[in-house]
Amino acid sequence: MLIKCPWCGDRSLAEFSYQGDATIIRPSDPLSLSDNQWNEYLNLRNNPKGWHDEIWQHLNGCRKHFKARRNVVTHEIADTKPMDGSLQGGRS
Amino acid sequence: MQNYSIFSLARNALSHHKNWTEAWRSPDPKPEYDVVIIGGGGHGLATAFYLAKEHGISNIAVIEKGWLGGGNTGRNTTIVRSNYAIEGNAFFYEKSMDLWRGMTQELNYNVMFSPRGVINLAHSDAQIDDFQRRGNALRLNGIDAQWLSRDDLKKRVPLLNMSPDARFPITGGLEQPRAGTARHDAVAWGYARAADARGVDIIQQCEVTGLKIEGGRMTGVETSRGFIAAKKVGVAVAGHSTQIFDMAGIRLPIESHLLQAMVSEPVKPSLDTVITSGASHVYISQSDKGEMVFGGDLDFYNSFAQRGNYPTIEHVVAACCELFPTYSRLRLMRTWGGIMDMSMDGSPIIDKTTIEGLYINAGWCYGGFKATPGSGWVFAHTIAQDRPHALNECFSLDRFQTGHVLDERGAGPVAKLH
Ligand SMILES: Cc1cc2nc3c(=O)[nH]c(=O)nc-3n(C[C@H](O)[C@H](O)[C@H](O)COP(=O)(O)OP(=O)(O)OC[C@H]3O[C@@H](n4cnc5c(N)ncnc54)[C@H](O)[C@@H]3O)c2cc1C
Ligand SMILES: [Zn+2]
Repeated sequence: MLIKCPWCGDRSLAEFSYQGDATIIRPSDPLSLSDNQWNEYLNLRNNPKGWHDEIWQHLNGCRKHFKARRNVVTHEIADTKPMDGSLQGGRS
Repeated sequence: MQNYSIFSLARNALSHHKNWTEAWRSPDPKPEYDVVIIGGGGHGLATAFYLAKEHGISNIAVIEKGWLGGGNTGRNTTIVRSNYAIEGNAFFYEKSMDLWRGMTQELNYNVMFSPRGVINLAHSDAQIDDFQRRGNALRLNGIDAQWLSRDDLKKRVPLLNMSPDARFPITGGLEQPRAGTARHDAVAWGYARAADARGVDIIQQCEVTGLKIEGGRMTGVETSRGFIAAKKVGVAVAGHSTQIFDMAGIRLPIESHLLQAMVSEPVKPSLDTVITSGASHVYISQSDKGEMVFGGDLDFYNSFAQRGNYPTIEHVVAACCELFPTYSRLRLMRTWGGIMDMSMDGSPIIDKTTIEGLYINAGWCYGGFKATPGSGWVFAHTIAQDRPHALNECFSLDRFQTGHVLDERGAGPVAKLH
């Protein structure tokens, strides 16, 4: 699998570290959450079988984090963007 | 069911093995069952068998979208052990171990259970302390554990690279002598045959596409071969657990990940135990056909593909050649992957759900083969009695909310780390 780092271009999977689902956002005020809400943030996942927005780090390269939209069945990557970019392609 | 024995073998030899009857039927689905089990892997089939044997329920269908054991059951590296240190896990896996020892007789099917020992290698002084502590914790719970010094290891596993110049020099090992391996396909086939003999319908090439829930209760499943009514539905679909529970609107603490394994060309017997090394991420055994069987870590990214990438294969092979330089001359014959249901604490979930009549068996990570008999046994109890058995109370779905997680590895809520 080749992954396109937004800064370094196409590089081998071996240079990257996977950091998980990019749609999960840490609650701004954790102490105000119920156990149920905390469980949802910490443990529950959508785990879609198809396009997945996720975070990768170019660990053995420029070390920057970025977002990728990857199809978890075919391993095709539709788009990669810096963390503040918005992913295009794949599903809408 | 035609009994398998030395006599039936001799009798069938006389007729050139042309008169063996089929091991199980392939019936069309009936319109209604008392219990439907989704997933024809080892866990689903064992559940059906124990429902029939221990709970007297035999109007059951096991529904499998592909072929029996075509999921993780037929893709795993077949290591069976019970060396768990956390109590809930320890007692459950010991129950499973008991069932393994009697399985071939219980099913009248040779599952080739081979308690050849499983050795975890230590590679530093700190690991010696850690493994000995772990061994003591196991023994306090009545689970066998035995420390092997470097000299013990040299005698026990002569091909192991004991050089002090190794990349990760070996400082000793912790063995569970009663642990070992079994033939994975035979486990699926044995449970299927024994369940069929008790009246269970095994329906292959039939995919569950929807759950029918009315007023908070299960009423049946939609499948590629039509609707099948059932008030109780047990789900044992491993890597596809979230797919099925999406149909019921239940989110799970599970991510699907990819685990690869591989075998070499077959060679003469050279390794009579199972060697594992956490530090270099590899486990190695030799199959009865002579192939060396290797596995390692996850590919470490979410995946629903049953094939992986080369960096992981390279890593596993490099680790293997470091431990066993001799094996560097073997050729790899096959590699493959399976979809793991990685739970957020690394332990399984076997429980009822908020929907009446819907039961969950999931979160096996890469260690569910060894659990097959115990999992089927407690899941059958959970379904038949509509409450968990004492042995699976700790595997509740709500433990993630209440904080009673069973994190054997202490890795925290990151699915890929367990
Ligand atoms: C490479 C690898 C190595 C492993 N090594 C070990 C090991 O050494 N020791 C160990 O203990 N464990 C190991 N495991 C883990 C072990 O294989 C699994 O945890 C265990 O086999 C799971 O069994 P199961 O019956 O739950 O799942 P499976 O055998 O995967 O069965 C689930 C079945 O559900 C079916 N299914 C899915 N969706 C549907 C649907 N919608 N409708 C109908 N059917 C459906 C699938 O086709 C599949 O056959 C390994 C796994 C892999 C992949
Ligand atoms: Zn980069």
